[in-house]
Amino acid sequence: MLGQILNLVRSRPASVALYLIIVYLIARLSLTGAEAMGYNWQWYRIPDYLYRLTDDGFQWGEIAIGLVTTIELSVTSFVFATALGLCLALLRLSGLLVGTAVAVAYLEFIRNMPLLVLLYLIYYVLGPIFGLNRYSASVLCLAIYHSALISEIFRAGINAVGIGQWEAAKSIGMSTGQCYRFVILPQSVKFMLPPLTGEAVHLIKSSAIVSVIAVAELTTVGRNLISDTYMSFEIWFTVAAVYMVVTLILSVGVTRLERRYAVKT
Amino acid sequence: MPDGDPIIEIHNLDKFFGDFQALSDISLTVSSGERVVICGPSGSGKSTLIRCINRLEEHSAGELSVDGIKLNDETRNIRAVRMEVGMVFQQFNLFPHLTVLENLTVGPIRVRKLSKSQAEERARQYLERVHIPEQAEKYPAQLSGGQQQRVAIARSLCMEPRIMLFDEPTSALDPEMINEVLDVMVELASTGMTMVCVTHEMGFARKVADTMVFMEEGRIVETAPPATFFSNPSSERCRMFLDQILEH
Ligand SMILES: Nc1ncnc2c1ncn2[C@@H]1O[C@H](COP(=O)(O)OP(=O)(O)OP(=O)(O)O)[C@@H](O)[C@H]1O
Ligand SMILES: [Mg+2]
Repeated sequence: MLGQILNLVRSRPASVALYLIIVYLIARLSLTGAEAMGYNWQWYRIPDYLYRLTDDGFQWGEIAIGLVTTIELSVTSFVFATALGLCLALLRLSGLLVGTAVAVAYLEFIRNMPLLVLLYLIYYVLGPIFGLNRYSASVLCLAIYHSALISEIFRAGINAVGIGQWEAAKSIGMSTGQCYRFVILPQSVKFMLPPLTGEAVHLIKSSAIVSVIAVAELTTVGRNLISDTYMSFEIWFTVAAVYMVVTLILSVGVTRLERRYAVKT
Repeated sequence: MPDGDPIIEIHNLDKFFGDFQALSDISLTVSSGERVVICGPSGSGKSTLIRCINRLEEHSAGELSVDGIKLNDETRNIRAVRMEVGMVFQQFNLFPHLTVLENLTVGPIRVRKLSKSQAEERARQYLERVHIPEQAEKYPAQLSGGQQQRVAIARSLCMEPRIMLFDEPTSALDPEMINEVLDVMVELASTGMTMVCVTHEMGFARKVADTMVFMEEGRIVETAPPATFFSNPSSERCRMFLDQILEH
């Protein structure tokens, strides 16, 4: 990590310098702004919301609990989004006119719908009809929204495998399903992993939107804490940092995984 | 020598790519055990013809049957034919994410429903036949071109097909590797396998072919046993083509 940062500094000194200057200016501005407002910084209270050591022993704080919900929500949604995305991609590649039409219609519908509107639609319209609670409405919304983008990633990954692989697999008698399962998809993975990671990061960030229907995830926790404590600066900075740490860990982890995978073949 | 039962029967086959006619009125019968070598200038439709035999290309008109199974839109027939017909490609087309052994066993296990141990035993036996038993655990990218092509041949043989198709199996290879692949093909011919080879390796053709086929512009121009074909071809075009490729 540090090595990467050092390399970055060496390779692009100008942009790194610019970045540091901007960060400094923002920090400076908010500090002086806060001072001018007579803002009372209480950073010392923040760790309590991450974890507490009381007489009863160790206890997770509100922010940590919110983070767990965010992760749970994101993982579940991502699994569904991936499954749905794969189905859509296969439907589109099936060569069947109906399949392609259905997939394209779905993609256009989702692509032209703001995420917030989709959430309202699912929670306030479909929710009462199908008896969806806040949490399942959120999962459904995130899964549907991201499945559209994920299906494009799958499609590109599948198309990146050469036609020769299809022909070799078919010529030993494999069915289309077997071709996908044993020959094509395993090779697509390396094309899909980087953009899928990007999409996972995107999903974690867009999961914040479910705070508008009060699912108790990280952003909702942040909002509730602020209405109790009025420490809006500290809490929002902390919440932002937590999101950033999670998504960075994810990106670095996948890069490692990719490298291991690349060595194998 | 071929025992006579026809195993591939092609009658009046046409193939169009859009408006372009790649095959015109092809008729050809291959007997069980027969070795057919197809040659002809680039673009004459050689690949298209042999790819029709295992339905990698769909023919536009005419009839084509393999081992008594008629090739039409029936998915069941297509897969039945593909299980009987092995194919070796110019570009090898090995599965790069699988080891050599896995390349050889994936078909038998998934398509022929053999157990893993049966499939591996068979795979090792065929690796022995193509003279690379020691490479079983490697990945295709770690092998030379000649070795890769021999693995590709073994992969097809593991399905125990009755017919083998070869589409210019040596033309992507460095010259020093061509013979190791041709040797394997000669050995295969000596086992009585039915073979249809597109190749310009005329030494190989002389050695193994029962029948030579010359194609031009989507048509079969000449069909003859090698003795006649090389010494006394009946068409002028065929003679010119042979002069050209035998020059070097
Ligand atoms: N998928 C395709 N779409 C359109 N045209 C095609 C397609 N495949 C082949 N053709 C055309 O059909 C003709 C015959 O091609 P084919 O590959 O069978 O020739 P070939 O005899 O194998 O030539 P080569 O020696 O170069 O391999 C060529 O003119 C080629 O451009
Ligand atoms: Mg060809």
